[in-house]
Amino acid sequence: MSPDGAITAGAHDIDPVHRVADDLDEVRHGALAHQFDNLEQQREAATLGMWAFLVTEVLFFGVLFAVYGLYRMWYPEAFTAASHELHLWLGTVNTAVLITSSLTMALAVHAAQTGERRQLLTFLVLTMILGAAFLGIKGYEYYSGFVENHLPGPRFQFEAEHFQHAQIFFSLYFIMTGLHAVHMIIGLAVMAVMLWLSWRGTISPEYYNPIEISGLYWHFVDIVWIFLFPLLYLIGRHA
Amino acid sequence: MSEHVLPKRVYYTIFAVLMLSTYLTVQMAFIDLGRFNTVAALAIAIFKATLVVLFFMHVKYSSRLTWAVVLSGVFWLGILLVLTMSDYLTRPWLTFG
Repeated sequence: MSPDGAITAGAHDIDPVHRVADDLDEVRHGALAHQFDNLEQQREAATLGMWAFLVTEVLFFGVLFAVYGLYRMWYPEAFTAASHELHLWLGTVNTAVLITSSLTMALAVHAAQTGERRQLLTFLVLTMILGAAFLGIKGYEYYSGFVENHLPGPRFQFEAEHFQHAQIFFSLYFIMTGLHAVHMIIGLAVMAVMLWLSWRGTISPEYYNPIEISGLYWHFVDIVWIFLFPLLYLIGRHA
Repeated sequence: MSEHVLPKRVYYTIFAVLMLSTYLTVQMAFIDLGRFNTVAALAIAIFKATLVVLFFMHVKYSSRLTWAVVLSGVFWLGILLVLTMSDYLTRPWLTFG
């Protein structure tokens, strides 16, 4: 990163088009890394990089959804019976909590774009509180799942007819929501860093890439839950 | 800078639609639609995810290169699911000996 006040030199002299478009004589922004022509190009690269990572995440979770789909097609009755053991209202509340956290995240990015520092800090804190609330409720669900002997393994208990296949459902339930929860915890850590950057004043309407791409990650984790919720909690509820 | 700063009401509107869809998906789970329960649940989930991607994640206002990367994600996920399922689900069709 070039220090504040450094003047661009060299590279652009061979390119007259850039000379006009790029305000060669302008002082470079402190947050502009040397490999980029301007902040807009840097922001574009950051967004693209984050999306490339998110595509790998889609496939990471996608495999688990494929496994879920297969076993559910093979053992529909066991999956229905096992799904009924989950606490629907806790799952529903958690869905609402996570969607609300996505709203506060989107508003945090908006505040960063418009340079409203107070709002940016407030919405980041709200996003973290909602994220922590989600994990708290999830933790309570895990606890009750453990107490009700739904954890696959030697202590697992279920009606004899579906004993084996219900364990497959609960294995997938714990692995998929567990992996999602790990992503939430990482998200909270990322938000803590964003809070610090915003507090320090690094974030401005000219340079808010960190908030923007952290937001992309946060929303992605929300999307994973948007699929997990109906697939795990809502199977054959009418039965 | 030429980035798109969306008015806040866009976010509030999307949020309201997402919450309403969540309510709807829970309600529909209690109605017996046979196989279409799963179809409906997935359709609502895809609808919600699309809204999040387009508006919360600003893809609607992003460059075509970003669009290409996002769509490639959907495409590869499609390959993963379709090829896996076309293998496993057609295995019972073949019964040798």
